[in-house]
Amino acid sequence: MVIKQEGTPSGRLLMSKPSVVNVGLAGFVKDLRDCDIEVVQVDWTPPADGDPKMAALLAKLGT
Amino acid sequence: MKLIEDANKQALARILEGEPRLIDIVTARDVLEGLKERMILHAGPPITWDRMCGPMRGAVAGAIVFEGWAPDLEAAFELAAGGGVAFHPNHHFGAVGPMTGMTTVSMPVFVVENVKYGNRAYCAINEGLGKVMRFGGNDDSVLARLAWLRDVFGPVLARSIRAHGGIDLKAIIARGLSMGDEMHQRNLACSSVFLREIGSALARTSNDNEVLASCIGFIAQNDQFFLNIAMAMGKALTDPANGIRGSTVVTAMCRNGTDFGVRVSGLGDRWFTAPVEMPEGLYFPGYSRKDANPDMGDSAIVETVGLGGFAMAAAPAVAGFIGAGAPSSAGNFTRAMSEITVGQNPEWTIPALDFAGVPTGIDVRLVVETGLAPVINTGIAHREPGIGQVGAGVVRAPMACFRQAVLAIAEDLGVS
Repeated sequence: MVIKQEGTPSGRLLMSKPSVVNVGLAGFVKDLRDCDIEVVQVDWTPPADGDPKMAALLAKLGT
Repeated sequence: MKLIEDANKQALARILEGEPRLIDIVTARDVLEGLKERMILHAGPPITWDRMCGPMRGAVAGAIVFEGWAPDLEAAFELAAGGGVAFHPNHHFGAVGPMTGMTTVSMPVFVVENVKYGNRAYCAINEGLGKVMRFGGNDDSVLARLAWLRDVFGPVLARSIRAHGGIDLKAIIARGLSMGDEMHQRNLACSSVFLREIGSALARTSNDNEVLASCIGFIAQNDQFFLNIAMAMGKALTDPANGIRGSTVVTAMCRNGTDFGVRVSGLGDRWFTAPVEMPEGLYFPGYSRKDANPDMGDSAIVETVGLGGFAMAAAPAVAGFIGAGAPSSAGNFTRAMSEITVGQNPEWTIPALDFAGVPTGIDVRLVVETGLAPVINTGIAHREPGIGQVGAGVVRAPMACFRQAVLAIAEDLGVS
């Protein structure tokens, strides 16, 4: 199965060592780094910690 | 919202355009309007004796003995617990104080004048390292040092400051930032530059070489000497920015060891409080997190003007000292704080960030939206009275204060 996909972009991705950009939860980074995978962590959280009322209020206040 | 954006521009301009000068050292009772006998000013938002943490209580007891309101510490604790002294925040008197922040009638205080706006702010003299009242120390050695500051050091340094014609503090901060200080947990460069600036005036106004030597030695041996001057400067810079309707810019952050307090320009003197957090940091040998008291002090006024944790990029050595990570990561703190501020200070720049200005003007809306709480570099006090400093670290301002402030601003402006 892998051999069949070798020539496709997804196949090449699976056959090579990936470089990962992880957005949000930093917990995923450790497992990847433990596997010697290069990871760039992007700190991100939903606006207003995911509180829709607060996010709507902030939008009205102009952020 | 245009009203908010315009108000914030005005608040930022007032902070940036301030011209703080150290002009004198005077006795607290002579300048703090309303300060009386049996009154103790403390760090942070208002708090009562029954909610005070251990080191704050220890410092209160020491201050009571220092002022002669009780003969010993045991009697002082009884007096305080029985309502025999009144407690008020330094901020309510135009003052600030590090850690426990004790200010009482006979203590000498630095006077910083904001020449641009004509206001003044005050802070007691830094006591040095080791067992000191700001960390809850209260034994004879602590009280003897305070007496020396009141009777000898304060008057000597005051004469020299006046003879010098005052000292421009913005220039000293600018140099300190280029020499590795962030003005909260590292004041080595600014303390040294200050001593160089005042040295000749000290010599010229002193008539006793032994006293002169002891005063120079006191400054020279205390890497944090400049902190209290920087704090009075921060208060002098932020007060004119308070009270601008609609502004969401923070004008004060402080802690009393129990609560964290935030003031926002558009909401004047109102406090937004939440339980204070425990610093993450490194401990001196023999101590650990179980010995630590939650965060304390008015010193976060320096973060409020873009220094301390906000200027971490200028002080990579501090990142290691306070356990904030590798020195090479210091820039990340400053870059993150840039996301929650409305501008930068072009007069206070950081070489390691290609001379970008320190992030200034914390916007409570941006704090809540991004989830990035202001980072504060801090000392760690022992949780029991009378012991003192046990470490240094980094603490985050509690998000709840900023959420409350956003809701209050919205209510004030009729936005729902």
